[in-house]
Amino acid sequence: MNRVTRYLKSLLLLELLQGMGLTMAYMFKPKYTMRYPMEHIPKSNRFRGLHALRRYPNGEERCIACKLCEAVCPALAITIDSAPRADGQRRTTRYEIDLFKCIFCGFCEESCPVDSIVETHVHEYHFEQRGENVVTKPQLLAIGDRFERDIAAARAQDAAFR
Amino acid sequence: MLAELLLVLWTLAKVLAIVLPLVIAVAMFVYWERKVIGWMHVRMGPNQIGPLGLMQAFADVAKLLLKEIVVPTNANRFLFFLAPMLALVPALAAWAVIPFSDGLVLANINAGVLYLLAMTSMGVYGIILAGWASNSRYALLGAMRSAAQVVSYELAMGLALVCVLVLAGSLNLSDIVTAQSGGLLHWFWLPLLPMAVVYFISGVAETNRAPFDVAEGESEIVAGFHVEYSGSAFALFFLAEYANMILVAFLTSILFLGGWLSPFPATWGLIGHGSFFWLLAKAFVVAFLFLWFRASFPRYRYDQIMRLGWKVFIPIALVWVLVAGLLKYFHIVAPGA
Repeated sequence: MNRVTRYLKSLLLLELLQGMGLTMAYMFKPKYTMRYPMEHIPKSNRFRGLHALRRYPNGEERCIACKLCEAVCPALAITIDSAPRADGQRRTTRYEIDLFKCIFCGFCEESCPVDSIVETHVHEYHFEQRGENVVTKPQLLAIGDRFERDIAAARAQDAAFR
Repeated sequence: MLAELLLVLWTLAKVLAIVLPLVIAVAMFVYWERKVIGWMHVRMGPNQIGPLGLMQAFADVAKLLLKEIVVPTNANRFLFFLAPMLALVPALAAWAVIPFSDGLVLANINAGVLYLLAMTSMGVYGIILAGWASNSRYALLGAMRSAAQVVSYELAMGLALVCVLVLAGSLNLSDIVTAQSGGLLHWFWLPLLPMAVVYFISGVAETNRAPFDVAEGESEIVAGFHVEYSGSAFALFFLAEYANMILVAFLTSILFLGGWLSPFPATWGLIGHGSFFWLLAKAFVVAFLFLWFRASFPRYRYDQIMRLGWKVFIPIALVWVLVAGLLKYFHIVAPGA
């Protein structure tokens, strides 16, 4: 009897039709495709993208050249030189991040006592020349100025957990 | 002399009127295949080139034609270039006997079905030669598989055709369609239901399409018989494969689904009358099955393909030849008015 039902099942192509029914049902489902340059997936406020150096609202740069980020960086991507400024405060004369070395772990951001070095939402960037992978202090500050609003909003969202 | 020249030109014009839309149809069918399979995979398919990605196939054609044709070392140059033509020519020539509508056929010959069998069997020579001339193990394996598979399924396909011939009493494709006239229930799919299924599945196997695509078998033998082909030579194989698919879709519609006949009674005005568009609609639905199969089924193992062909389809077809004969003998199914 079992044999007969098995023969009938395979002769009537029942299982194949079942499979075809499934694929047909999937044909009309909403598609998962993200049309990337036109659409973006939402990003977490903890997203770790391109770095930036922040300033205080009065325009003073936050970084005090404590070099904690340089020390904690597991990829040795950060290079800092410091010297006293004209008003006697210690400031960085050089703050460079090699983006080829950087593993975007976010340790620099966590170690920073003044919330100066941060990682922004920016992840779409490219280099056209050798050496552009090393971003300098003015560049980092400029990125910070440009995205300050986003950076501050993301930090505010995460404030309860920090 | 002038009259003969005119006849040649007129025939040429008719041939072009079939071949050019066919080539366009192949291009659009490739696009439609990628779209449908994309949808069934819950993704979008090509949507960048042209509105809705409609120009994708044409962009691919332009790309293929501009590519270099690489001839492998120690390949037989003559056969290497002959093979894609041998694959394409029968695929196009078979369209000569397809009746698109009542009287709308290039060659209304009485041995149309035999001609079709001959032409569809010729296509395998292109594949075998391509595999042999490429001087590549993968290509040779693909060609051997394809040859064995096509020969096996030719038999089941032929027997399914015999059933149609018994009921229609003619080898002429136009007569086969007119024998089915009288509405949906007079079409041959009903008395020959198992044969319609056997015929179509054999057609899928004949065209080396999924789930019978061991001849190409990407995961085992890279691309099978056309692994060494590139550029426009590859484009010819591609064109032949899809032209064959569309041909099988048309043939299934003509032999089992009433060809150009309308499923509605003639009193329903325009949609009640048979026309080319009915044939087109039926062929479209049948052609969709090819894509549906491809998105649904994994590839058959080689010995399973042989088992299905020899031990399942041929016995069923042989039994149904007898059944068809009895149906005809006792006038249970009579050719329509």
